[in-house]
Amino acid sequence: MNFSAQKESVSSSAQNEARSDGGSRFKKIDRVMKRHGFQQDALIEVLTSAQESYGLLDEELLAHVAQNLRLPLSWVYGVATFYHFFSLAPKGSHQCVVCVGTACYVEGADQIQKDLEERFQVSSGSTTADGRLTLSRARCLGSCGLAPVVVLDGELMGQQTSRSAIAAIEDAIKDEPEESHQEAEVTGSAEEEP
Amino acid sequence: MNREELESLALGERERASRFSCRFLCCAGTPCLSAGGAAVRKALEKAVEGKNGNSSVEVMGTGCVGPCSRGPLVTVVTPGEEEHTYEKVTPQAVPEIVEAHLEKGVEAASVPSTVSRDSSFFTKQQKIVLETSERIDPERLESYVAQGGYSALARALEDMTPEEVCEELVTSGLRGRGGAGYPTGIKWKQVRGAQGERKFVVANGDEGDPGAYMDRTLMESDPHRILEGMAIAAYAVGAEQGFVYVRGEYPLAAERLGKAIRAAERQGLLGDDILGSSFSFRIRIRMGAGAFVCGEETALMASIMGRRGQPVPRPPYPAQRGLWNAPTLINNVETFGSVPPVISRGGDWYSRWGTDKSKGTKIFALAGKVCQTGLIEVPMGITLREIVFDIGGGIPGGGAFKAAQTGGPSGGCIPASHLDTPMDYESLQELGSIIGSGGLIVMDESSCMVDVARFFMEFCMDESCGKCTPCRSGTVQMVRLLEKIKGGRASAHDLEKLEELCELLKATSLCGLGQTAPNPVLSTIRHFRHEYEAHIEDRHCPAGVCSMPH
Repeated sequence: MNFSAQKESVSSSAQNEARSDGGSRFKKIDRVMKRHGFQQDALIEVLTSAQESYGLLDEELLAHVAQNLRLPLSWVYGVATFYHFFSLAPKGSHQCVVCVGTACYVEGADQIQKDLEERFQVSSGSTTADGRLTLSRARCLGSCGLAPVVVLDGELMGQQTSRSAIAAIEDAIKDEPEESHQEAEVTGSAEEEP
Repeated sequence: MNREELESLALGERERASRFSCRFLCCAGTPCLSAGGAAVRKALEKAVEGKNGNSSVEVMGTGCVGPCSRGPLVTVVTPGEEEHTYEKVTPQAVPEIVEAHLEKGVEAASVPSTVSRDSSFFTKQQKIVLETSERIDPERLESYVAQGGYSALARALEDMTPEEVCEELVTSGLRGRGGAGYPTGIKWKQVRGAQGERKFVVANGDEGDPGAYMDRTLMESDPHRILEGMAIAAYAVGAEQGFVYVRGEYPLAAERLGKAIRAAERQGLLGDDILGSSFSFRIRIRMGAGAFVCGEETALMASIMGRRGQPVPRPPYPAQRGLWNAPTLINNVETFGSVPPVISRGGDWYSRWGTDKSKGTKIFALAGKVCQTGLIEVPMGITLREIVFDIGGGIPGGGAFKAAQTGGPSGGCIPASHLDTPMDYESLQELGSIIGSGGLIVMDESSCMVDVARFFMEFCMDESCGKCTPCRSGTVQMVRLLEKIKGGRASAHDLEKLEELCELLKATSLCGLGQTAPNPVLSTIRHFRHEYEAHIEDRHCPAGVCSMPH
């Protein structure tokens, strides 16, 4: 017995289609909302897919989701700004995450973070001026046996030093043309996280 | 599927495994995979393909073996011969391993072997929850069933009433493995007794403590064990719907759990009329989106319902009013993982391990300045000394043990003078720390305890949800005070103020995050006051970590 689908099952497919009127830009996200039967409690799942598909959650997208899930925009905005995974600003074309969990901290992750910030002239949580690199930090990735850990574009690198991390990043961003970080389909204005 | 069919499935799978003349087991946990385990497995598959009679050779992925910093690990199993586990295996080393075992019947000489099974790293452990982890292919249901999987569920459904299941849990003495240590059987009884048209079972896999990866490993290594534990719980409390809340940073765990749920539904081990009974239970996965506070149960429930993960005051407890106001059972992933052995072998059997008040075993993630890091399962009541020196092999480079941090940002630091403390809920609490979810970070003389306190307080400041003032503002003020001490700009009065704030947060914060946030500060002040005083009075950092004015 599917407990939460029942209340929503009244929304016929015709209604569903009428609700998703965001045009082709939000096709992907419309499919996700439809799969969840436009349930309000699927908001986090919907925003997660949107973040993955579009790279950021802009105001237009949040409004579209709010309208389709019949939630106030303030509610959707509140959820989007609460969780670390969601970003209202565009990210760089390469992403580097320094783990600052306890094991990594004991093994010197603080210094790695400082050295990366200095080398690439960017503070943690932001993107370089040329849009090539977003530097951030994570509170433990659960790979404590490999501390200190740095993740570059999704690839986890264990037992790092400042030197090895810098070398890996330099290698990744060297052939990247500038200003290629914004996805073509993303147009709306991006807000800074408060 | 019914009980007989389950048994024949197990038999068939055991027979299938026994037909191989050689099996290569590749650890497929995240640490081994990030060290290059996937490429090693591919190389192994390719290498055995060309060998004659390859149909009798198997290459399979398994759950976690334990010594996580030594991956990728490959274990070779040949019937009639002793097993052999290689460490730090590279694709280049694969041909030698394959040739040695398949053609010469010897061990590969130039590939390093991992920690011996006879060494104290393994012999001091007692694996109950992780017992079959390194034997199971986490992506195949049959593999779990062959190790006795789902037989506890079958036993509960056929031979026991829901009340008897709750009673068995009470007998076992099992307590919540998420850190608080609430007796599991009592909680189940409360949810069973609560009035409600529908009830829910939730597995808390939002393992947010930095330095802890027990739950991730368990979900990745043995996902069916969690599902089986949840199904038994659902039968006991009378729930039809369950959720596994997986931390957003653990995509592999979610993927394997998803596969496991689909496989179990196909086989009638989840879904309607499970194992031919009238009991129905479904499980859905909910992914976290990066918020430490969601490990708190009321915040976790808000997040499951798609809201901001902010806690609400208790009571009412989730057992009375939880998800969508229905009675809800929330247990940690490891707690659910301990349930199948309790049911299949009995509560009395389980309670043989541990101390008077803390029964059974606990999984710890051993990391930091210790020779042998990794994931270990030990009987409750083992001393910290045994964990650090016998299992962990001591401090690398002959350094001196300074402290062990347990319980993450809600826990504290245990100094060398208390190395012989038994690891159980009460003893650690007396020392100002907690067992917590199981992160255990060893520190040597190079760590400054004031800096450690600042590290955890900054964590709590970042992760405070902002709902209640003591936590939102208090953590900020405490970080400032700690930085002042670290910078050699503090007076004795600041230390007093810091202690005062600690008491205030403990007494007045809304949820566990704020109430326990002062613990790392209080425990370091208690056991390492001289370090604080050195920073304040002598403007000197004994560990040489903090930069002081000249």
